[in-house]
Amino acid sequence: MLELKNISRNFGGFDLRDINFTVRKGDYFLLLGPSGAGKSLLLEMIAGLTLPDSGSVLLNGSDITTMSIPARRIGIVFQDHAIFPHMTVRKNLAYSLHGLKKDETERRITNISSRLLMTGLLDRKPATLSGGELQRVALARTLIREPEILLLDEPLSSIDARIKSDLRRLLREIHRGGQTIMHVTHDYEEALSLATRIAVMDHGKILQTGTPAEVFQHPRNGFVAHFIGVRNFFPAKLITVEGLLYAVTGGDLRIRINDGQENETGFVMIRGEDIVLSERPLESSAVNSFPGIISEIVKTPFGIDISVECGELLHAVITEQSLASLHLEEEKTVWLTIKATAVKFISG
Amino acid sequence: MLLGALVLLFIVAPVAGLLFSSSPLKLFETIKEQEVRQSILLTLLVSFTATALFAVAAIPFSWLLARYDFPLKRLVTAIIDLPVVIPHSAAGIALLGLISRDTLLGRIGSAAGINFVGHPAGIMLAMAFVSLPFLINAARDGFMSVPVRLEKAALTLGASQARVFLTISLPLAWRNILSGLILMFARGMSEFGAVIIIAYHPMITPIMIYERFTSFGLKYAQPVAVIFILIVLLFFLLLRFLSNKTSR
Repeated sequence: MLELKNISRNFGGFDLRDINFTVRKGDYFLLLGPSGAGKSLLLEMIAGLTLPDSGSVLLNGSDITTMSIPARRIGIVFQDHAIFPHMTVRKNLAYSLHGLKKDETERRITNISSRLLMTGLLDRKPATLSGGELQRVALARTLIREPEILLLDEPLSSIDARIKSDLRRLLREIHRGGQTIMHVTHDYEEALSLATRIAVMDHGKILQTGTPAEVFQHPRNGFVAHFIGVRNFFPAKLITVEGLLYAVTGGDLRIRINDGQENETGFVMIRGEDIVLSERPLESSAVNSFPGIISEIVKTPFGIDISVECGELLHAVITEQSLASLHLEEEKTVWLTIKATAVKFISG
Repeated sequence: MLLGALVLLFIVAPVAGLLFSSSPLKLFETIKEQEVRQSILLTLLVSFTATALFAVAAIPFSWLLARYDFPLKRLVTAIIDLPVVIPHSAAGIALLGLISRDTLLGRIGSAAGINFVGHPAGIMLAMAFVSLPFLINAARDGFMSVPVRLEKAALTLGASQARVFLTISLPLAWRNILSGLILMFARGMSEFGAVIIIAYHPMITPIMIYERFTSFGLKYAQPVAVIFILIVLLFFLLLRFLSNKTSR
């Protein structure tokens, strides 16, 4: 278990202020925030590469705030991988096993490289590897030391889409194997299906912490709502009816969707801006059209937030003008129209 | 173009002229002189020792200079370059003031049985004094080209600071350091001004060239000069070869 207590640090023009959160054993903890929010600095602080001005970092109850870097059992994978260019992949993997017996070192290398599907890379030099391969080497090199917690700095940001889904699957497997993970990113979509807990950070402060459902469905303030952009976020399962693909949510809302595999489970996401409200059903090519009852109308800095109960509580975002012209009121029935292309499905 | 050619000619002409000044037979006869061979051996050996001994401290020091900011760092960097700009005879005088028999260092040396003045140990100090900046600057540039990220990654993998230095920083900066070592070695063995003040004897080759010139004349000094220049050129070519490889 990793705890950060009242961590503050002044970087001259940029502050980390009163950072508090806990990553429990077995968590996949996702730290979300725009670039420049201080996420990477926070990771460096946990790894010991930067010291806080005040506050403490606790690992399994013992204070490691000022403990030397090598003595911490914390693994970090940097965004640029930081693979040692003058060593083969095998030597990179063996680096942290210094002092171990040769056959034990070999055993661990064989073990981790087959787990991460990279046995073919062992005798290669880093300069000959692709971005995705370097990422695997970096993960393997860190995991081979069996860290208490694995810190990942934007691990999915610099690789192409096809490899991204492979890597996401790999991270999920590593997590299922019992590894506690803290993952930092500015892109909520990439890792939403991975996270068991989320913290949202901006300008050096943690704004909200909770499960993905808590944070996405009940953002605590305007920034969180705006940043994560999606309040319509529901666990769902894909089914086909008469050859058409639908996502069915826990509240039995059926939403037409374009991409996905039948019987897959995961999450559907719809941006509030993509929901069109009308007093009567719209004559349109959009395939999702259903009625609901307005439960709440709230003005936010980003528009008018309309909550509609229709099996699930959906949040639509409209402009002031639309609100006036549509004569919307709480308790009134309204029709929702959503294009199938506006519905995103993330397997998880 | 023409000006460039003139400048180039100005450098090439005296060296080329000198190289062709002595017949191969004369050169061969000179090499056969034991005095000459001993002097060249002494020069190479002392300069090599100076480079090797001072590298042990200078290379980690260069790493510190590349990695850390500290108060008065600019002053420290300036001090390192000082031996390059001060007249080497003055450097010799300064060094002599530090190691002559009545000083603290001189007494420590005497207790250990070494009188620096007129001793290879004194020559070594003089050579190191004027050539050390070349090693420190090259090594510092080398370390600066190693991404800090790699050292940090190594630390998080459980390696001690010393192991990180030996297994990551040093191998990755190795080419620059090697150039620095060769440069220091070559510069050290060419030193005349500082050495002549500390030790006329035992005679290193640059001093032997001077002595033969003043005592016996140009014709007598030329063959020794040619042989020594050829040796220095050899190391110079090696250096160019290595730094070419680095830039590719």
